[in-house]
Amino acid sequence: MPVSREKKRPGYFGEYGGRFAPETLMAPLEELGRAWSRFRRDPRFRAELDSLLRDYAGRPTPITVAENLTRQAGGARIVLKREDLLHTGAHKLNNSLGQVLLAKAMRKSRVVAETGAGQHGVATAAAAAKIGLPCVVYMGVVDMERQAPNVSRMKLLGAEVVGVDSGSRTLKDAINEAMRDWTENVRTTHYVLGSALGPHPYPTLVRELQSVIGKEARSQFRKLAGRDPHAAVACVGGGSNAIGLFSAYLSGSTKLFGVEAGGRGTGPGDHAARFSGGSVGVLHGTRTMLLQDAGGQVLPTHSVSAGLDYPAVGPEHAELARSGRAAYVRVDDADALRAFAALSRTEGIIPALESAHAVAFACQLASEMPRSASILVNLSGRGDKDLAEVERVLRGTQA
Amino acid sequence: MKAHAGVKPRPFPRASARPASSGRIAAAFARAASENRAAFIPYLTAGDPDLETTAVLARVLEESGSDILELGVPFSDPIADGPVIQRAASRGLASETTLEKVLETAARIRRETSLALVLFTYLNPLLRFGFERAAREASAAGVDGVLVTDLPPEEAPAYQPLLRAGGLDTIFLVSPTSPSARMAAAGRLSSGFLYVVSRSGITGARTALAPELEQTVRRARRQASGLPLAVGFGISTPEAARQTALLAEGVVVGSALVRVAEQARAAGKSVSRAVGELSASLARACAKTGSPGEKRGATPGTPRPRRSMERR
Repeated sequence: MPVSREKKRPGYFGEYGGRFAPETLMAPLEELGRAWSRFRRDPRFRAELDSLLRDYAGRPTPITVAENLTRQAGGARIVLKREDLLHTGAHKLNNSLGQVLLAKAMRKSRVVAETGAGQHGVATAAAAAKIGLPCVVYMGVVDMERQAPNVSRMKLLGAEVVGVDSGSRTLKDAINEAMRDWTENVRTTHYVLGSALGPHPYPTLVRELQSVIGKEARSQFRKLAGRDPHAAVACVGGGSNAIGLFSAYLSGSTKLFGVEAGGRGTGPGDHAARFSGGSVGVLHGTRTMLLQDAGGQVLPTHSVSAGLDYPAVGPEHAELARSGRAAYVRVDDADALRAFAALSRTEGIIPALESAHAVAFACQLASEMPRSASILVNLSGRGDKDLAEVERVLRGTQA
Repeated sequence: MKAHAGVKPRPFPRASARPASSGRIAAAFARAASENRAAFIPYLTAGDPDLETTAVLARVLEESGSDILELGVPFSDPIADGPVIQRAASRGLASETTLEKVLETAARIRRETSLALVLFTYLNPLLRFGFERAAREASAAGVDGVLVTDLPPEEAPAYQPLLRAGGLDTIFLVSPTSPSARMAAAGRLSSGFLYVVSRSGITGARTALAPELEQTVRRARRQASGLPLAVGFGISTPEAARQTALLAEGVVVGSALVRVAEQARAAGKSVSRAVGELSASLARACAKTGSPGEKRGATPGTPRPRRSMERR
């Protein structure tokens, strides 16, 4: 069981969270909450999901001691939780399989999803193909360009990919469009939201589906080291891979670090660091930390990694930051690109650009800690999707 | 009411606790009812493409028979809106239309027209501005009511009383997907009128009315404790307005007007004339000249029993 932090009101994490949705979505959100409370305890549903996670997705994923990277960083031992080895290449499939299975149990005939980096879109397309539901994925046209291989993969998996050409043309706008589609087709459709954000019950539902990362990692790490790590590190866009890992350590003494996209600078529109540059607001149905201007309009964001390029953050992270249980730090584009190259060269593992942010911070943290200490990093995805973009960025830097 | 999943039940403010609003919204519905017609309620996005146009169009809308104006506050992420109002919001933001400036324009519209004014907004701009300040300044500007698209009844207790304390009517929405308990909660929190979303979906002009509209209105009526019902989302033609006027006390038209303005501007034609012509034909269609099922125009001017007004 993940530790519940919803002490005051279900759906709230301290003062963050809630359900700020248009009326048409309110009853369907209640229906979703009820369905999840029912099916999460249903032995047949559980067995089917466990079997899909094991036999189809490839769980459990291993942990890997990154000896060479540790030597290069010079300090604490760095250990990687290998979500990059999960089918479709990232942690997203844990959530997609759970939600598509839930959609089927709720007798929905269609699923929609948003995607930024394309990983959630690919995972949902795969889950929908496997479980047998038609799938539509909304994706900003900026992201379609920089994550082109994932667009091809989604199409190959049978999903319809709809380009979103409004607003900033990235993840935020893809969520807007997916919510509109859901509103239009609410009786037949389930919206497979890809991160631990949005209106209640999504932050709780997604955390619970991703908590398998933390559960596995905790027992694997204990087997390896005989204790819990001194620190756990994960990148935070919406924050689903991070909350999945953190959920296993909330009650312990492991220091928790969420890594945001520092982008190309600290000015408005140059980053996606909600905790250093944001303030409390409501976006996509939840009250959380938000990058916004003086008039309450949502600011554009920038990150080299499409998956972190989002102006708000999951509400549970906002509460973990407020309470001090987790610390949120930023890593800029350049350091993430260096970590991307470093992990590839030292360990033979090409990380997703999102995960490279976590690796970059872990290396920095390791160098400040003794060799006897250890850091667990969630390597949330693999970087094949990023090769063209990395080459393009590196060419641009040199030019 | 059964507690909504995930929210501790809290006492909702009762009708008796309502401070006096301007009464302009209630008066608009009463006047329309006395003339045996539904109130015509057009929507404009403020600042589309500039606030001068908004103020000019408000006068045009009054002259062409409008009763209440819904003034939209542009927002960067309008998840409840279709492409037409999304584009209008983008133009509003491009002309740097802040809530502060919308309120200045509202004050001008208050001076220049006798339309009742409803601010139609997403939550975040209000949060950022501060609810108490927004209530105070909106009220001072002559705004009569506020509708917050993404503030459902269960999240309203922290905010709705602040608006009401400022002397503003608070309008909540009910949708075809809303069970009766949700409709009742929306009815208790609303003053001025209750907004009935005609179809489960986002805003946008549609050619036909939703088949479930009559049933939705009937269910909403039972929970509205005598408030007038205004129906919106998807009404774009005089024919649809005519049918809606037979069911409800108010007819809201947004996207169709915003689109006609957009098209006139693109074609280099008079926006005022285009908006004026469409709104005049919509306003005329709000006359209650028949009952559902009867052929339109069969017995023009036949007096019909007033519904909610009698119960207020």
